Amino acid sequence: MNETISIFEQWWLNIQPALESNTLNFWQNLYKEIYMNAIKDDRWLQYLKGLGVTLQVSLYAILVGVALGTLLAILRLPQVQNVSARGKGFFANLGAAVVKLLSKFAGFYINLFRGTPLLLQVLIINFGIFGTVRIDKVIIGVIACGLNSAAYVAEIVRGGIMSVEKGQTEAGRSLGLSSLRTMMYIILPQAAKSALPAMCNEFISLIKETSVLSYVALTELTKAGDYIRSRTYSAFTPYIISGMLYLIVVLSLTWLIGKLERRLRNSDH
Amino acid sequence: MTTDIIISVKGLEKHFDGGNLKALRGVDADIKRGEVVVVIGPSGSGKSTFLRCLNLLETPTAGTVTVEGTDITNPKVNINRHREKMGMVFQHFNLFPHMTILRNMTLAPMKILRKSKADAEAKAMELLKRVGLAERADAYPSQLSGGQKQRIAIVRALCMEPQVMLFDEPTSALDPEMVGEVLDVMKQLAHDGMTMVVVTHEMGFAREVADRVLFMDEGVIVEEGTPDEIFSNPQNPRTKDFLNKVL
Repeated sequence: MNETISIFEQWWLNIQPALESNTLNFWQNLYKEIYMNAIKDDRWLQYLKGLGVTLQVSLYAILVGVALGTLLAILRLPQVQNVSARGKGFFANLGAAVVKLLSKFAGFYINLFRGTPLLLQVLIINFGIFGTVRIDKVIIGVIACGLNSAAYVAEIVRGGIMSVEKGQTEAGRSLGLSSLRTMMYIILPQAAKSALPAMCNEFISLIKETSVLSYVALTELTKAGDYIRSRTYSAFTPYIISGMLYLIVVLSLTWLIGKLERRLRNSDH
Repeated sequence: MTTDIIISVKGLEKHFDGGNLKALRGVDADIKRGEVVVVIGPSGSGKSTFLRCLNLLETPTAGTVTVEGTDITNPKVNINRHREKMGMVFQHFNLFPHMTILRNMTLAPMKILRKSKADAEAKAMELLKRVGLAERADAYPSQLSGGQKQRIAIVRALCMEPQVMLFDEPTSALDPEMVGEVLDVMKQLAHDGMTMVVVTHEMGFAREVADRVLFMDEGVIVEEGTPDEIFSNPQNPRTKDFLNKVL
């Protein structure tokens, strides 16, 4: 017997007679499934690679979503929608008109991206917009999921901003802070705190929804499981392994955000 | 008291709801440097709106507000530069709940006056000592009583070293036993020569501290005079009626 054979190979050899005579007991069968779908040919590596892609796409898409979403949320605020020209003259009027137009666009954007399926958006971005360009599928994933998430984040952030009392803005402005600084130092930190639970939900959705990227041949976690199923013909085990990895990511994120929420709460007593 | 005029209001009007509600219908007033002006009147008389027009928290529908020679209703004026010189204290304190007391007080001086952290904190601590709250510097607003919050709100505005302080019903949201501590701080401020415009229902404060009392009703200044003239010998029937109800 080979000296360097692993314990997993050893167990595999041990169940060979039962496998051949088709008399595997429950535990032997379970081990066979795990061996075929995770150990043989280092298949576990494929799940980890898929997980890595999923995490990478999710992280960048969250960043895109939060940045763009916050911008859209600010554009949707009533004081921006109903902005009036500061001063008279062509440029003041032009400025106000541009802001109003952007605000309208933000509303249109949010309706468009919330009103159509993510899968459809992914397909359009992949085959339509980048159909003739060679581009990393990860980038397509980040763009599609980020643009989609921004629409939801925008509404979450807008809700958060509107939950901050008007008096907070007035206090900031009365001290001489500009509207931008008041937004940055006073409103957004408080909005973020009240929006955090909804934001956590959105991040969780986004992480799971990156699975639709398997449609455009991005080998993320779902696709990795699916690929292994196509090699081993096991209908459950690869998906369950993928699913458990999703679960671990989501539970870790939930724990992390819960911790953050408790930390932010130390200003309430 | 010098007699130069720091705020001059001319023909001030403010309409809400597309002109259906006329909160101010032509107000003229001058605030002199070092003067304490108390604005009284029934609720809905426009006194808070008047005060909020002075630093343009409300944009006037018509009329002008001239602060130290500049008409701040002109859209070309950078209102932030004027607001930093006009401190405001609100009925509901409006402290920033996500910041410590010290940070509440140092944010604007550091961002606007470009003070160093050490300078801003030294100034804040000095003011906190003056109102007896130095040991609460690292507390959050939610850990303070209403009276303490309002005292902090006053010194937060003072950190910007304003020329004028505007008070919008500063004691109306307080439990009765906390009104005194806030009024004491305001009296001290008046004593130190601060120019103050105070909208209040505290007639005792008006009588004791005011240099001048404005009585407003239905969007106009109905009567004005020294506290003695207004409280002891009101001329206008509406003033008499109001004072009969509140005194």
